[in-house]
Amino acid sequence: MSVTTMPALGPRKDARVAAALGRRRKLVDHAVRWFCIASTAVGLFFLASILFTLAWRGLEAMGPTTFTKAFEPTTYGDDTLPRGGLLHAITGSLIQVTIATLIGTPIGLLVGTYLAEYARSSPLGNAVRFVSDVLLSAPSILVGLFIYQLVVLPMGGFSGIAGALALAIIVIPVVVRTTEDMLQLIPNTLREAVIGLGAPKWKMIVLVCYKAAMSGIVTGVLLAIARIAGETAPLLLTSFGNNVVTADLSSAMSSLPIAIYQQANSGFPDLIAIAWTGALLTTLGVLAINVIARLLLRARH
Amino acid sequence: MGTSSETATADVASFGGLQARSSAGLNATSRISVRNLNFYYGTNKALKGINLEVPDRQVTGMIGPSGCGKSTLLRVLNRMYSLYPGQRAEGQVLMDGRNILDADVDLNELRSKVGMVFQKPTPFPMTIYDNIAFGIRLHERLSKAEMDERIEWALTRAAIWTEVKDRLHASALGLSGGQQQRLCIARTIAVRPEVILLDEPTSALDPISTLKIEELIDELKRDFTICIVTHNMQQAARCADQVAFFYLGELVEVAPAAQMFTAPKERRTQEYITGRFG
Repeated sequence: MSVTTMPALGPRKDARVAAALGRRRKLVDHAVRWFCIASTAVGLFFLASILFTLAWRGLEAMGPTTFTKAFEPTTYGDDTLPRGGLLHAITGSLIQVTIATLIGTPIGLLVGTYLAEYARSSPLGNAVRFVSDVLLSAPSILVGLFIYQLVVLPMGGFSGIAGALALAIIVIPVVVRTTEDMLQLIPNTLREAVIGLGAPKWKMIVLVCYKAAMSGIVTGVLLAIARIAGETAPLLLTSFGNNVVTADLSSAMSSLPIAIYQQANSGFPDLIAIAWTGALLTTLGVLAINVIARLLLRARH
Repeated sequence: MGTSSETATADVASFGGLQARSSAGLNATSRISVRNLNFYYGTNKALKGINLEVPDRQVTGMIGPSGCGKSTLLRVLNRMYSLYPGQRAEGQVLMDGRNILDADVDLNELRSKVGMVFQKPTPFPMTIYDNIAFGIRLHERLSKAEMDERIEWALTRAAIWTEVKDRLHASALGLSGGQQQRLCIARTIAVRPEVILLDEPTSALDPISTLKIEELIDELKRDFTICIVTHNMQQAARCADQVAFFYLGELVEVAPAAQMFTAPKERRTQEYITGRFG
């Protein structure tokens, strides 16, 4: 064989060349490492400054009235006049996000199940998957326009239910994607084991696959809630905003992002301070949902 | 106390198994008859004109190199292939006088009669108790007491009762690999099938767990007809009464185990079992 004709050992390596190459490698290593650390520091600096400003300005106007009173006109700096709160926005957000989640989750779950269990590579499945992915990355103002045309105009005005429907449409593709991904992770042998016992396919999906994918699917739903809790654009065209506390779904309804948008634009310092409080509340809510989602995912592994 | 008597019966059964082996295939009635079976993955023909009698309450071992069609045949016997479009079988597989390949066969009922255990343990993400109860609930309505009794029976027959009886309501995912595989066997026999298909059931297990499963197979054949696919020829020699050798989609030779490993008729069989290919 050719190996036997080769010399047993090649020439010895030059110690000086090796040392020079080693020094160069070390230098590049240091440079890249410091570049990474510096980039991280820049990113963290801006993030921390946003969070710090938010906490500082947000806590300034926070008090019992934040949660007990609805919008009040500006006090023009006169402390004897009543100060407003965010009760109208908090209740409006809770109502719309809850309804949107209740509508969007079952639809998203069923579509995700269809894609993962029934139509993995069928033409219809691929088409549905494509449309869902497009919807996932579509600008949310388009969803607002869609509902404006479909619900707001026929109903003759802005309404809470229109806002909830717009948010539901945003929930659907997020839940579709996570449901499909989580179900795809389940090995086929597990499916065959269920079928092998004589179980019909729907029992396999409901009793075993959902159970195996549960924490991932719940995480997806929570992430969808976190996403719609901060949406402003689609609500401007659907539920519009309101200054009073209302649970009437046929009337215009406020929400935290809309209240922030309107009061921050008002130009009155006391209203702007309340907008900061609203921003802090939204951030804390989304943060809490994200932490719960992470804890659920960790419990799975 | 259940343990010691269980071990005793297992020993007797394995002794009986050795005796049975020498006379296997002579006067056993056939549980499944495979007649002129062809199988296709799309256009790729994976089984070519298979004819095989699976004797009642005996162990039929299927051996052969990778891709020879032995696992494919196993997946025909419980119509598992029907899950996948593009896979189809031609010919006849007779069981209780019916061709199970017919389009109008109730697959769920068939699979309750022909259970399957897979290469890798497949515990369901639920408690040990619910793993066993899952299959039973699909086909029967039992009272709580009857269910408890059936579950104890199944776990005892699968030689895992003493290891899990104190944690029936703990997750099955916490068991070791060998325990999980015996749990899967318990789950299969809890449905009380007539035939059990084992697809390389020990290839993912350590030697001790493998030994336990092999002893279990010997014990189970008193009540069940067993088909086992294995890559391990010693395992086929130890467990099987009848051995079938597959090569390139053809059934080359079927013979009682003793004859197969001492005096095979076909040259290809001899070359395979002496390790010249495969």
